[in-house]
Amino acid sequence: MTEILMIMLAAILTENFIFIKFMGICPFLGVSDKADKALGMSFAVIFVMTLSSGTTWAVYHYLLVPFGLEYLQTVAFILVIASLVQFIEMFLKKYVPALYSSLGIFLPLITTNCAVLGAALLSISNGYTFLQSVIFGFSAAVGFMVAVLIFAGVREKLRFSNVPKAFQGMPIALVAAGLIAMVFSGFSGISL
Amino acid sequence: MIKKIISQFKDSAIINNPTFIQALGMCPTLATTTSAINALGMGLAATAVLILSNVIISLLRKIIPSQVRIASYIVIISGAVTAIELLMKAYLVDLYDALGIFIPLIVVNCIILARAEAFASKNNVLLSLVDGLATGLGFTGALFIIGCIREFLGSGSIFGFVITPEQFHATIFVMAPGAFLTLGMLMALVQKLKNRTPKSKAQLENAETEVSQ
Repeated sequence: MTEILMIMLAAILTENFIFIKFMGICPFLGVSDKADKALGMSFAVIFVMTLSSGTTWAVYHYLLVPFGLEYLQTVAFILVIASLVQFIEMFLKKYVPALYSSLGIFLPLITTNCAVLGAALLSISNGYTFLQSVIFGFSAAVGFMVAVLIFAGVREKLRFSNVPKAFQGMPIALVAAGLIAMVFSGFSGISL
Repeated sequence: MIKKIISQFKDSAIINNPTFIQALGMCPTLATTTSAINALGMGLAATAVLILSNVIISLLRKIIPSQVRIASYIVIISGAVTAIELLMKAYLVDLYDALGIFIPLIVVNCIILARAEAFASKNNVLLSLVDGLATGLGFTGALFIIGCIREFLGSGSIFGFVITPEQFHATIFVMAPGAFLTLGMLMALVQKLKNRTPKSKAQLENAETEVSQ
């Protein structure tokens, strides 16, 4: 139990995927200009990452290891993630159209979100069990949500402030992200 | 032909620099630039993958059906990444350990997929090769600049040679926040230069005419 709590705390705060590990920066910068867009993307990421961590774990341990094909893990994982995303998109379109209309546009972008592949690769290299890797994927995605929501709040304020011309757009967003990252590095002392 | 290659090179590497202008592939840019040598290693690994994938995709561009092209590109790219990863594991163990998970993550680097979709699928092999090399070198150059600045400010050295004494080291620059700050400042500088260029040219011409008069 403590181990699971430790994995969750680490993935959300001390080893936050965005601010400490630098994974998933592209969607983070892309959707954080509005809070509702950020929320939609975060839910899609939570959904896909939880499922993909479990699926890739099973693929690795029941398909790649028995045949001695561990070196193909990158190829196998990216295929699993891409087809999983496609499958989720089709499933939601057919059975849960309400959810599809709010998450649909974010789903195709998730295939190239490096946090998803990163979480899959990390839970294999950390030697997690099935349950642990599902929890790890879920909490890493929650960490993404925390980061992107905080940042969306900051960026909405930034729109009304008087930014020097050279800093407008991406540069000021990066500097703001740097300041938030400084806050997150303050968590680094915590361990259970 | 050579003129076309040169202009393509300039366009892919400098005018549309993947990092500073297009802001693509931000994850490795921020994560692996803690020192000049890591940044260079990451940039060159990505360049090798870019060249390989661009050439293969350009060769197969008439065979791949357009409905499944993205999936095919991802398979080709991940194949190239696995090859580079195994090579690095065999011959460059230190660099492989330092870059860690960001080597397999080259697969989802948006620069590579973007060049495959926007360039290699529409152009011949030679131009695609040039584009891959140029984009890769533009990416490597940007990473190298960021890496040098962060290593110099953060650990007072460049390529591991210590330059400034320890009390001048600002450790924050080799930590996570320093990556965001450095890249933000550099992008602001690029924007400033971009806004200025036409004006400064005009000023130069004015100055010249004044001198000649």
